[in-house]
Amino acid sequence: MLTYTLRRLLLAIPTLLLISLVIFLLVDFAPGSPMSEIPLTVPPEVRQKMIEAMGADQPVFIRYLLWLRQFFWVEPAGLIDGWFGTSLAEGQQRIISWQTRSPVFVTIGQRIPQTLTVIGSAYAIGVLIALPIGIYSAYRQYSWFDQLGTFVAMVGYSVPTFFTGVLLIVIFSVNLGWFPSIYDTTLKVVDWDSFIKQVMQMALPVTVLALFNAAEISRYTRASFLDNLSQDYVRTARAKGMSEKTVVLKHVLRNSMIPVVTVIALGIPSIFAGAIITEQVFKVNGIGAALIGAIHANDLPMVQTLTFIFAVLIVLFNLIADILYGVLDPRIRYD
Amino acid sequence: MKLRTALLGAACAFALAPAAYAERGADGHVNVLYWQAPSILNPYLSSGTKDVETASLILEGLGGFNEKGEVIARLAESVPTVENGGVSADLTTITWKLQAGLLWSDGTPVTSADAKFTYDYCTHPEGGCAQAARYEGIKSIDTPDAQTIVITFDAPKPNPYQAFVGGTSPILQAAQFANCLGAAASTCTDQNFMPIGTGPFKVTEFKTNDTVSLEANPNYRDPAKPAFATMTVKGGGDAQGAARAVMETGEFDYAWNTQINPEMQAQMAAGGKGVFLNGFGTLVERIEMNMTDPSADLPEGERSTVAHAHPILSDINVRKALSMAIDRQLLVDVGYGAAGRPTCNLVPAPELYASDNTECIPQQMDAAKALLDTAGWTDSDGDGIRDKDGKKLSILYQSSTNPVRQDFQALVKGWWNELGVEVELKNIDASVFFGGDAGSPDTFQKFYADVEMYANNFDGTDPEPYLAQYMCDKIPGPSNQWQGENINRFCDPAYDALVKEMSATADLAKRSELAKKMNDMLTKDSYVVVPLVDRGRLSAASNTLGGVVLNTWDTELWNAQDWFRVK
Repeated sequence: MLTYTLRRLLLAIPTLLLISLVIFLLVDFAPGSPMSEIPLTVPPEVRQKMIEAMGADQPVFIRYLLWLRQFFWVEPAGLIDGWFGTSLAEGQQRIISWQTRSPVFVTIGQRIPQTLTVIGSAYAIGVLIALPIGIYSAYRQYSWFDQLGTFVAMVGYSVPTFFTGVLLIVIFSVNLGWFPSIYDTTLKVVDWDSFIKQVMQMALPVTVLALFNAAEISRYTRASFLDNLSQDYVRTARAKGMSEKTVVLKHVLRNSMIPVVTVIALGIPSIFAGAIITEQVFKVNGIGAALIGAIHANDLPMVQTLTFIFAVLIVLFNLIADILYGVLDPRIRYD
Repeated sequence: MKLRTALLGAACAFALAPAAYAERGADGHVNVLYWQAPSILNPYLSSGTKDVETASLILEGLGGFNEKGEVIARLAESVPTVENGGVSADLTTITWKLQAGLLWSDGTPVTSADAKFTYDYCTHPEGGCAQAARYEGIKSIDTPDAQTIVITFDAPKPNPYQAFVGGTSPILQAAQFANCLGAAASTCTDQNFMPIGTGPFKVTEFKTNDTVSLEANPNYRDPAKPAFATMTVKGGGDAQGAARAVMETGEFDYAWNTQINPEMQAQMAAGGKGVFLNGFGTLVERIEMNMTDPSADLPEGERSTVAHAHPILSDINVRKALSMAIDRQLLVDVGYGAAGRPTCNLVPAPELYASDNTECIPQQMDAAKALLDTAGWTDSDGDGIRDKDGKKLSILYQSSTNPVRQDFQALVKGWWNELGVEVELKNIDASVFFGGDAGSPDTFQKFYADVEMYANNFDGTDPEPYLAQYMCDKIPGPSNQWQGENINRFCDPAYDALVKEMSATADLAKRSELAKKMNDMLTKDSYVVVPLVDRGRLSAASNTLGGVVLNTWDTELWNAQDWFRVK
């Protein structure tokens, strides 16, 4: 297992380098200019100067190599400096966003907490409601509960979040006035009152996303559970006179969780990537909102860095999912 | 009964009339929403409206503009003019005097050296200063003493209120930005995110593209202001969500640029928690006519250049008929509602410079048809499209991708079709259209179409540089990497002569006359520029927020020090 993991990790390096080059070229060749949001009242000479100051007029390969150096050397060195007080990255240019003229990682650092809190808890809640619904739906297949579960899952999966988001705002913020429609990122949880406030402002975005996530995962759980319920070992277990509870919650559950855990693990990078639309609707201003804003502003360093981080996470969680598979199912061995 | 209720209401309103200007920080917290979130608080590194306006809460210039477009003093004692001797009679120098005892928010004194430093900062060749145009034509800045700033210009400057006037040209603290000159500008993250200023507020926390937290500046020059102790400027979402937060849920007190369609404006106004404020500046949505031939048959490098005149739009009768066929009032009703009004002028404001030209406003379809008939453009082959000498009236009409613009394109296409003109529509993503990339065929400067629609305006109150964009030598073409501002490729020596005359004229009445004449030459005399809608600003303010005055000549937050809570 260890050699397998190491081999996969080593193989990931060229893959990621290739991904980074492809992303860089794609973003660079996409039409548009960092100057497109600058008002027309700014004369062309001034625009040219601004582009030069950003370094955006350099040839594409020079910029790519510079980015590689900054991403793999200057930024980690800066991180080590921050931890141990060394001065490895002193005086070196970090990855600077064209929009904010500040290091890209400063923005990412500001955005990660709210993305993880909102999107992360939505994912956790989604999983927590999906599993029991999926299990019970499969156990009582075609019952009214299963039909209802299927209906809710279809609705949750097929109605886009920008619609459910705005719908919830209109009902619960505008008409009833129960929850805020705008997420306050400056709120710090220090006592009971601020905790309640935090829960209130998370309520709507988390509901929207949890519904969406739960819909997907509950379907996987149901399908996998149904597959296992008809297996021979279930009949054997029942024939041995085991209680229904032991059969379902021990034998069937364990076996049917194998593909579900993989699906859940593969979905985790999307927590870091944020939920672009939901973040926009509720103004959570997490990573997803940062990415879409950077795309609008043609902020190449920011788009490149964010998409590359997502690529790394996806490669990493694919690996984790594969390893988990082996851990859960002893029949699968990679060595 | 009704009268009594009304009287009672009035009495209540009177009794509850706010105790404005009572005490600094007495009114607690105010929430402002900029749906395009501020990215940086240094206006010299970004000219995005969102950044400049938010920064204006913190940074100020020597002067600014009020809602009528008049220059007002901010850090200066008074506005220098020729009459009070502040501007020299030959218009080559302007002398500003700082108010006595001004302090930065960190408690250090504001001196003329800070202004001089700001000039050096923005004019540094490697800095890429976004506001460099504000400092153009300055020969030197001298500081004879700590309170006096003397700006000397290269040539007589009829409008000397450029440098240090308005939100786009504030004074930076020399001590804070000393190490940020030139190429170092973008390494100064702390300075750019948390500038020290003289404005009514100071930054306590800045989360880029998300939230700015501010508190009242303890050293603000008026001890009774601002009324609010703290302010949050939140970003994110879209114009509709921003309008909703003020008008329907009441979570926010002020929302910037809530441009939504007229139907939704009415619906939101019914929410009753706030009001829409509108003000008109100089932003005009217009159709630009291409005077050169954009035909794809021409070799690259000759398309849309002065080498070939446009086969059909060179005829003034065609341009005029196209303009006459448009119902501008309907465009306003469909696209902008309270935030727009029909216009025939390229320079719709300030009043001093606005021509009284309104003849284009009523739609004149029959007259337009008759005009084309007499000019020889008739449908000779019966295919519903007019032609003349084998040339068909067939037009490619491009604009940026934006729902209102696509509505306008569809409506205008309908009218032009009725006129007997074939119209092909095209829309281009705004980041490409306005991106100015010389390699792209789709920029508005390259103009590979017959007509195109967008909006433009000018900074401040003086239209001279704006009108000067239509000179012959500013035509974009391959020789200048398509960077000129004369999008129409309009070229008239008589016009160029007027521009030169204006740049040497100081007398306001004469300047006004010249500006109107140039405006008319481009619009009603030649129909090279076909103005459609004078687009105002539309912002939303809560009913509980007092003192808001929408200003279209400076930043919208220009008088945040006077805002108060209506109790």
